[in-house]
Amino acid sequence: MLSHRLLTSDKGGALVLTLVALATILLPLLHLVLPADSPFHVSSYSVTLVGKFLCFALLALSVDLIWGYAGILSLGHGAFFALGGYAMGMYLMRQIGTRGVYGHAELADFMVILNWDNLPWYWQGFDMFWFTVLMVILAPALLALVFGWLAFRARVTGVYFAIITQALTFALMLAFFRNEMGFGGNNGLNDFKEILGFDITTRGVRASLFVASGIALMLGYLACRFIVTSRMGRVIISIRDAESRTRFSGYEVESYKLWLFVFSAVLAGIAGALYVPQVGIINPGEFSPLNSIETVVWVATGGRGTLYGAIVGAFAVNYTKTFFTTWSPETWLFVLGSLFVLVTLLLPKGIVGILDRLRGRKRK
Amino acid sequence: MNAGERVREAWRRDRVFEFMLPPPQFDLPVDTRHGPILYLEDVSVSFDGFKAINNLNLYIDDGELRCIIGPNGSGKTTMMDIITGKTRPDSGTVWFGQGIDLLKLREPTIARGIGRKFQKPTVFEQLTVFENLELAMASDKRVWPNLFFRLAAEQRARIDEVLELIRLQDQRSCLAGILSHGQKQWLEIGMLLMQNPRILLVDEPVAGMTGEETERTAELLTSLAGRHSVIVVEHDMAFVRSIARKVTVLHQGSVLAEGTMDQVQNDPRVIEVYLGE
Repeated sequence: MLSHRLLTSDKGGALVLTLVALATILLPLLHLVLPADSPFHVSSYSVTLVGKFLCFALLALSVDLIWGYAGILSLGHGAFFALGGYAMGMYLMRQIGTRGVYGHAELADFMVILNWDNLPWYWQGFDMFWFTVLMVILAPALLALVFGWLAFRARVTGVYFAIITQALTFALMLAFFRNEMGFGGNNGLNDFKEILGFDITTRGVRASLFVASGIALMLGYLACRFIVTSRMGRVIISIRDAESRTRFSGYEVESYKLWLFVFSAVLAGIAGALYVPQVGIINPGEFSPLNSIETVVWVATGGRGTLYGAIVGAFAVNYTKTFFTTWSPETWLFVLGSLFVLVTLLLPKGIVGILDRLRGRKRK
Repeated sequence: MNAGERVREAWRRDRVFEFMLPPPQFDLPVDTRHGPILYLEDVSVSFDGFKAINNLNLYIDDGELRCIIGPNGSGKTTMMDIITGKTRPDSGTVWFGQGIDLLKLREPTIARGIGRKFQKPTVFEQLTVFENLELAMASDKRVWPNLFFRLAAEQRARIDEVLELIRLQDQRSCLAGILSHGQKQWLEIGMLLMQNPRILLVDEPVAGMTGEETERTAELLTSLAGRHSVIVVEHDMAFVRSIARKVTVLHQGSVLAEGTMDQVQNDPRVIEVYLGE
């Protein structure tokens, strides 16, 4: 029953999930087992690249959940992604220990440069992995809870909500750029050495992080499927389509929006936490409003309101981005802009929509 | 109230803070010992200086079918907004039975006792007819219980019963968006039935319906009276005549006349403002 509801009732979703599962198993195997000169060997560059895309896909999923199903357009989801990333980054910084340039046992290098004597209170506890995991979940959740509570209670919707989320992520970016904030300022957190006692640069750890990202994406997808196919999910679709009707049917619309927004923020935070050890750096640039807008473009390109479309979109757009930024970096933003315009005008249902239409034509 | 008075009010010896009061009990039998189930007394509201509702007094008896008519801008929709908690009046009181002060409650809470059908039929177009009814069904409407909700057999039976009543059995798996205008009106009435409120507020139920559909709607609404109180706002005079036992005429935000259709139609003031047009 449950497996039908989550998987087979949605063919496109089942297909995408199978592909993700295959990639999660095969890519690390081909990377670790085959010798480097074999034609099927997957380079560590590719593993890291696809690993990043898996994290982006999870972020896109979280955006699709609230934008596609509840109609809440958040242009600030990058903020939750970055918060999760910073929490993980703080853990990785604490793991450096005396191996930093200044060799201080407790303080990170940037704190030594700032002449700080003690670890700031909000850095306490990040030497423990379980505490970090807790913070990866709690930090985005708390921000989403407070922000969402204020916004939804005041019945801020549509464009206005999009604008204030954009302002939120911009304000956080400016705050994290400041050295006094104690998050490494402009340079952010980097130069990581090990995670859970393993050297972070080894092939095994790279492959494990890749597998972890794949599993997180699959679990995230199943959780989202569970939500949107439950009665709660139908309430959320109703809120999107006829908010006051839902309210007069006895549903506390604000609680539903807030719950979903917090859950979506947690997903984004987890994506960020998996992203940081793979790229080896987190800096305030991750809060940049452009990142959040790009995420929305992934979802729109893939197909909004389908969940698996978000995964397809994240992969498609990011592959294109990788291609363009190596081939001709200065054109990328123009390509991104025109992509968004074209998708909005010509493909309201995204890539997934084209596939559906093709399948429909074949049947005729 | 100035600050001093407010402090004194808060420290009154017999003060009972609102959060300490029991929550409104819509599920228990409503206290209607004095007859009416809905009281609107001296209600006034103005928007930017325009008095939409002006000293309105209205009493609806338990189980009665009441029609409310009035020209455009006479305050019918505003009155519904006030009863359902969408608009807060500037002054006056609104009570549900003897014990529940509606002015203190928000829309979702009020919806447990009062169902509302909008003027323009509003259904969830991206969901099937069955799912529309399932969502409207009276049940725990908080987030967590709905995440793990499973339809019980008697709930499914109730939905089937209502599907039959509104004659949409054959469309049960269709998306509500593809229904005809009249069918949407019926679906929305069906959703109200699933909600099972004590009072049904029905705004223009027969707009856009064919003659036969109108007749069936009249039949349905009359059959509901008794178990529910039904308040119908309608422009179609023939329809009002066919169902109404008691008619209230609104004009410029207050009650102009009240009585049977014949009494109202022969009232010279009513003829002047409305029927005589």
